[in-house]
Amino acid sequence: MMMKRLLALCSLLLATLALGGCGYNDFQRLDEQTKAAWSEVLNQYQRRADLVPNIVATVKGEANFEQETLTRVVEARAKATAIQVTPETLNNPEAFNKFQQAQGELSGALSRLMAVSERYPTLQANQGFRDLRVTLEGTENRITVARNRYIQTVQDYNVLARSFPTNLTAMAFSYAPKPSFTVANEAQISTPPTVDFGTSKPKP
Amino acid sequence: MAFARIGRALVAIFFIAYTSLCALAQTALHPVPPLSGHVIDQTGTLSTADTQALESQLAALEQTRGAQVVVLMVASTAPEDIAAYANRVGNHWKIGRRGVGDGVLVLVAKNDRKMRIEVAKALEGAIPDIAAARIIDNAMKPRFQQNDYAGGLSAAATQLTARIAAEALPQPEAEHPAQGTNAHSLFDWTDFAIFLFFGVMAAGPLARSLFGSALGGLLVGAGVGVLAFVFTASLLLSAAAGVIALLYTWIFGGSSTPIALGHGGGSSGGWGSGSGGSDSSSGGGGFSSGGGGDFGGGGASGDW
Repeated sequence: MMMKRLLALCSLLLATLALGGCGYNDFQRLDEQTKAAWSEVLNQYQRRADLVPNIVATVKGEANFEQETLTRVVEARAKATAIQVTPETLNNPEAFNKFQQAQGELSGALSRLMAVSERYPTLQANQGFRDLRVTLEGTENRITVARNRYIQTVQDYNVLARSFPTNLTAMAFSYAPKPSFTVANEAQISTPPTVDFGTSKPKP
Repeated sequence: MAFARIGRALVAIFFIAYTSLCALAQTALHPVPPLSGHVIDQTGTLSTADTQALESQLAALEQTRGAQVVVLMVASTAPEDIAAYANRVGNHWKIGRRGVGDGVLVLVAKNDRKMRIEVAKALEGAIPDIAAARIIDNAMKPRFQQNDYAGGLSAAATQLTARIAAEALPQPEAEHPAQGTNAHSLFDWTDFAIFLFFGVMAAGPLARSLFGSALGGLLVGAGVGVLAFVFTASLLLSAAAGVIALLYTWIFGGSSTPIALGHGGGSSGGWGSGSGGSDSSSGGGGFSSGGGGDFGGGGASGDW
């Protein structure tokens, strides 16, 4: 009698654990969610890449615009779009870093271009350029939001993959934690910028 | 000696509390205010009459078109920039009808001298970034420069209304929509059904061995019934589930291999239909967020 009771209790415990704790379905759900969030990130990066030729064409119309800045944008865009991204990129940290670096380079080149464009009053007065500027700004915002959401879903997924007892499920099915976005120039932004007034004049 | 020790402990406690407070103060973002109406003015800039006029203008838009436009005035969005704050507020409030998601947030940070029109994804076609920038440049900026905040916001609301009116959005329903969507799908019905299924299988024999066959069956049946009632709030469903569990325990409780035929079918069928039943509809009088707005960073910012 006692034995039977114990056995029944054990089976109850096992059933509850197996169903409530293994989290197999949660893995599937979050895996799809991260994929969707990642697609949205790519979508917004693509939107920016599509925007760049328009910006370049408009800026080119400006006589004697800094050529170096312009070519850097064009090169960075070419580099960023040359990278093939597939859903498998998510499970390959090296490819992920490469992609992130290329996009970061384009971000830098574009923000430099926008900063330089402040020096050209005719460009600032150009309605077409102002619209492009607004669109670029909106795209950058969308990229930020998409990245943010990706980071959050990856966090959920990774917490599930690493915490007990769902990590056993992850081990059994070999679900590895997914890579997330990091800041590329961590050392650079953690040092305070040096502010220098007047000594070196920017050339007009 | 003891005093010194107590003194040192106090100092330590004070320091810990102080440093943690400092850390809190540093990382504290500007909080998202509660959504109390179409117009929320934290700066006290708008007069009561202006607020009323703007409120009725936006309420009329919501009544005729269904879209929810909310104006928020804050002193400053520091430490975040205005786009990040606007996105956070928008996604917290989720303004816009459920299932449509047509919401717009007009944010003014008065001391920063910055404004932003944050557009939910559903309205990004009606109000593209460039259009939002035009509204900011033409309607808001010149009036804000003359300290005419009410005029600027009203003009912006008019232009937003015109843009939203041009978009083919679903018509607003007369009463609050009786959509069958699960407003709060905190609970996974399939999981619950599976859990009950195996739970009864495991608990049945246990209860039988503990309390005897008659009482055990009754207990399991009552337990399942109560559980089902708690989760579905449907008397009929829970009674059916309870009876099935009771019969199962009585009939199959003794045998070691569970037979899933009648039980599984009856149970899961019951839960499937039950999911639509327990939907509490909120929001009668007054303004409340539709809860459907998804803000993906669309819109435009400006300053004056």
